[in-house]
Amino acid sequence: MPESPNYTTVLDSDSRRAPVRVAFVTRRTSPHVKATDDPFVMTHPETLLRVAIATEVLMILLSVVSLVFNAPLEGMADPIQTPNPAKAPWYFLGLQELLHYFPPIVGGVLIPTLVVIALIVIPYFNINIEAGGLWTKNRARRLRVLTISVIVLTIGLSILEVWAILAPTLFVAALMYWTAGTPPDSGGRLRRWLTSKPLPFWIMTWFLIEAIVLTAIGTLFRGPGWSLVWPWGGSL
Amino acid sequence: MASSTQNALNRLLESRVWQSVFRGGRGMSNLHRALAVQQNLFLHLFSVKMRRRSLEFGITWYLGTLTFVTFLILVATGIPLMLYYHPSVPQAYADMKDLQFVVSAGVFLRNLHRWAAHTMVFLVFAHMARVFYRGAYRPPREFNWVVGVVLLIVTLFLSYTGYLLPWDQLAFWAITVGSNILSAVPWMGAKIRFLMLGGTTVNANALLRFYVLHCVVLPLVAVSFIGVHFWRIRKDGGLYREPRQTHYPAQPQPISIPSSETESEVTSPHA
Repeated sequence: MPESPNYTTVLDSDSRRAPVRVAFVTRRTSPHVKATDDPFVMTHPETLLRVAIATEVLMILLSVVSLVFNAPLEGMADPIQTPNPAKAPWYFLGLQELLHYFPPIVGGVLIPTLVVIALIVIPYFNINIEAGGLWTKNRARRLRVLTISVIVLTIGLSILEVWAILAPTLFVAALMYWTAGTPPDSGGRLRRWLTSKPLPFWIMTWFLIEAIVLTAIGTLFRGPGWSLVWPWGGSL
Repeated sequence: MASSTQNALNRLLESRVWQSVFRGGRGMSNLHRALAVQQNLFLHLFSVKMRRRSLEFGITWYLGTLTFVTFLILVATGIPLMLYYHPSVPQAYADMKDLQFVVSAGVFLRNLHRWAAHTMVFLVFAHMARVFYRGAYRPPREFNWVVGVVLLIVTLFLSYTGYLLPWDQLAFWAITVGSNILSAVPWMGAKIRFLMLGGTTVNANALLRFYVLHCVVLPLVAVSFIGVHFWRIRKDGGLYREPRQTHYPAQPQPISIPSSETESEVTSPHA
């Protein structure tokens, strides 16, 4: 075990009194800073050429798609004749799916607003530049918070019978417990990679999985009266 | 033949007119290449040099670039579409039929606009996820992340307002479903919905409002924020690069620090 260091650290903003930088130069090392920075290339032509190629590839792909598949066009708008089901564009079908489960004030206003606020505050919330793993500090307390959150969500979502949201929640929670159980350097590559991830990673992953699952259900598995159907027809 | 074309090209590039437009001058030195970027209003959003590693496909998958490409395609196809379109009921739907059967390449034009729009929405989400998982949103780039969130919302609104314009059943009921969500906003939900639609139901006023939003207001907002987004990439230190992988030992190694009194040697962890 190391002997206790015979120096103290202090917090001080006066640079005349306290040194601002300390370097320990140990034996067989030198204070020389290794230049590890990447080489530069000229933007013209290196970057511009790559951008041009990316542009052309995407334009060709979209042109081919546009030649093969026609944009949908149904009959003229008719306020009297309601199609069943009436669906929003695909990127709002996750939202429409939420409206099926929750009252409009929750599914249509509260949750989207919270999601947008959460997206905006992400970089201000995650102030640790090192982005240390979630379980490297305060492990016991964080485990308690996670367990309580999972229990509350499970009970709430079960009462509302929102299995489509509960299942991904439990999946992500299971992954988190899996990474919490061991020291960061053990396990396979996936486990070590997940263990090194900070809290925002888990929140974003949870959000993205929920968004993908809900959008997929809304797009593929909803038929007349918003009932569950198979994508190839027939009720589920 | 080839040499005469070459000569004509050379004469053009050396002409006073050309040189007055592109001031960088001709030549393949790095100075000339730098000037070609730095002296151009649009290209000068790029820095003159970039790190080779940040240009690799595997780093960014070029998702931001590709999103911007879809935006350019949408502008380029959207303007010709405006020439054939009247934002009125029922003429709007008749214009769709004209695009389908009368206008040369009208179907292709509409298809390209439609698929590019869906692709743009998808790419914006993909770009956001990629930026997040690389950790590129962290300081000092936090504000550019916020600009990106604004652009995500603007993109969704652009796509949503465009969805109504064909004035077919799909458009009408999608917008009806979407705008009904607004009614759930407490206090002023119905008022916001009335403001957006210009009425209590999706009607000709709504079509005109969505048209103006889709073709004028939202594109201007998008262009402004895209400009800020690109500019901030440079101001925040260029494209994000992962910090070099440093291999710390699993357990922190003890080091003893010499005090000023005892002249003990510093012991390196590996000594």
